[in-house]
Amino acid sequence: MKRIRLKDIAYARSGDKGDASNVGIVAYDDAGYAFLKSLLTPERVKSHFKEICNGDVERYEIPNLRALNFILHDALGGGGSESLKTDAQGKTHGLGLLYLEADAPDDLPLHER
Amino acid sequence: MMTDDKKIYIANGQGFWGDSILGPIRLIREGKLDYLTLDYLAEVTMSIMQKLKARNPNAGYATDFVRMLERILPEAKTKGVKIISSAGGVNAEACLKATGEVIRKLGLTDVKVATVTGDDIFFDIDAILGKNESLKNMDTGEPLSTIRDSITSANAYLGAFPIAQALSQGADIVICGRVTDPSLVLGPMIHEFGWGAEEFDKLAAGTVAGHIVECGAQCTGANYTNWHEIDDFAMIGYPVIEASASGEFTVTKHANTGGKISIETIASQLVYEMGDPENYITPDVIADFTTIQLDNDGENRVKVSGIKGKSATPFLKVSISYLSGYKALGQLTIAGPDAAEKAALCAEIIWKRLEYDGVTFPEENKLVELVGTNVCHAGIAEAPQQPAEVVLRIGVKDSDKAKVDRFGMEIVPLVTSGPPGVTGFAGGRPKATEIVSYWPALIPKSFIQPKIVVETF
Repeated sequence: MKRIRLKDIAYARSGDKGDASNVGIVAYDDAGYAFLKSLLTPERVKSHFKEICNGDVERYEIPNLRALNFILHDALGGGGSESLKTDAQGKTHGLGLLYLEADAPDDLPLHER
Repeated sequence: MMTDDKKIYIANGQGFWGDSILGPIRLIREGKLDYLTLDYLAEVTMSIMQKLKARNPNAGYATDFVRMLERILPEAKTKGVKIISSAGGVNAEACLKATGEVIRKLGLTDVKVATVTGDDIFFDIDAILGKNESLKNMDTGEPLSTIRDSITSANAYLGAFPIAQALSQGADIVICGRVTDPSLVLGPMIHEFGWGAEEFDKLAAGTVAGHIVECGAQCTGANYTNWHEIDDFAMIGYPVIEASASGEFTVTKHANTGGKISIETIASQLVYEMGDPENYITPDVIADFTTIQLDNDGENRVKVSGIKGKSATPFLKVSISYLSGYKALGQLTIAGPDAAEKAALCAEIIWKRLEYDGVTFPEENKLVELVGTNVCHAGIAEAPQQPAEVVLRIGVKDSDKAKVDRFGMEIVPLVTSGPPGVTGFAGGRPKATEIVSYWPALIPKSFIQPKIVVETF
């Protein structure tokens, strides 16, 4: 096993949908996608964003893009013009997910970019 | 005669109202183009526009669009580029009039300008409720009656067919009210290729094309994780769709522009602001994003194919905005030593002084952020132990405007009545501003009649 950060195997983008933040993460290769799929349960994502997301986390798979899409409910302090937060639109949550650290198999390809 | 290999070039030059005006200018100037789309609307915008129109019958549209036309129209006319925009806001007629004035001022003739309206139901709400349509909140299920008196705007999202119809009537410029963002791109495809309302795969393909380009440079390398791989952000190229009758299309940008188009920059944008990828619902079709095939098609070219769609729903989405209270937000910069500790103390002082004067707010309506101590990635990234300086952002919301204004008076005083090193109060005393909330609902399509008007200037 080796310790990795998700930024070694994936890239991401995020934005808002009302008071939910929408985080998309895309793996660089098939092995990375399989790893993301088993690692990133809604519970794991919720616990990673524990100080940000106060609601449920929904997960969708987009295998043709090697992507997972997460909806983080109640994560934007009201969303839109209701929010007082700096990141009222969840623009930085994608990068936030890439900070996640995990144990990965030794043969999982890493992408130094 | 249309042939199968006919290509149409459709670009998006404004991802939102406030995007760089160089986008549209350079798209027309620096390469081949048939259609330029420009998006200007958001929920908050609609509410502001409705208020402006109530004060002045000639206001309530995106005035930036008309100023933009003044710069781009002569070249667009010479090159035959048609312009499709959601700049109409809640007053497309006034936008059309102002556009006509620009055309005259520029000395241009024979320019056909269309409006696409019928989306604005602000004055029809009671009639709609009277017909047993509850316009209940899609997220919470609450009936609209709970906020009826606070509504500030109400618009149905129109689809792409009214835009196609305006183009088929010869429009050079199409000014829309509220339409879905991808419709601005799908509309010209329907017009050029004669796609029918039942050709769901093609409508889905055009919708995906619209989704990819709707945020402008976000698909050409901007906001991309590996930002250090992107050349020349300053002169970043805005996206151009090379569309064909089959529905297959290529995303590209003009030669010699900055930025980058790769499978990764396109995939990044495909997952942006997405809900259920198998059911991307628009007025015209439900697109399945899990069928999208991306392929490299040369330098800065990605081919998009294989997209499947299915029949649209019998409803249109309605976006209703309403006034839900007031907010104010102030900030101070606190220099070290002990910047974070002093910033936290400043916040405490502000709350205590307000409390002394009988002004309190529930915890959930108060915000304190110490910017510089890891606000965006709280609990995720490591916070610095001793930041050299910190920006204190402090804010409140409340239904009582006077209370919110009272809060605004207690921030600047910290400069002379708090710990040392407090500065950066240039914004002065923050005033209460309205909070405009958003109420999503559905309405049967039969309630909405798109209206197309074409005028020649």
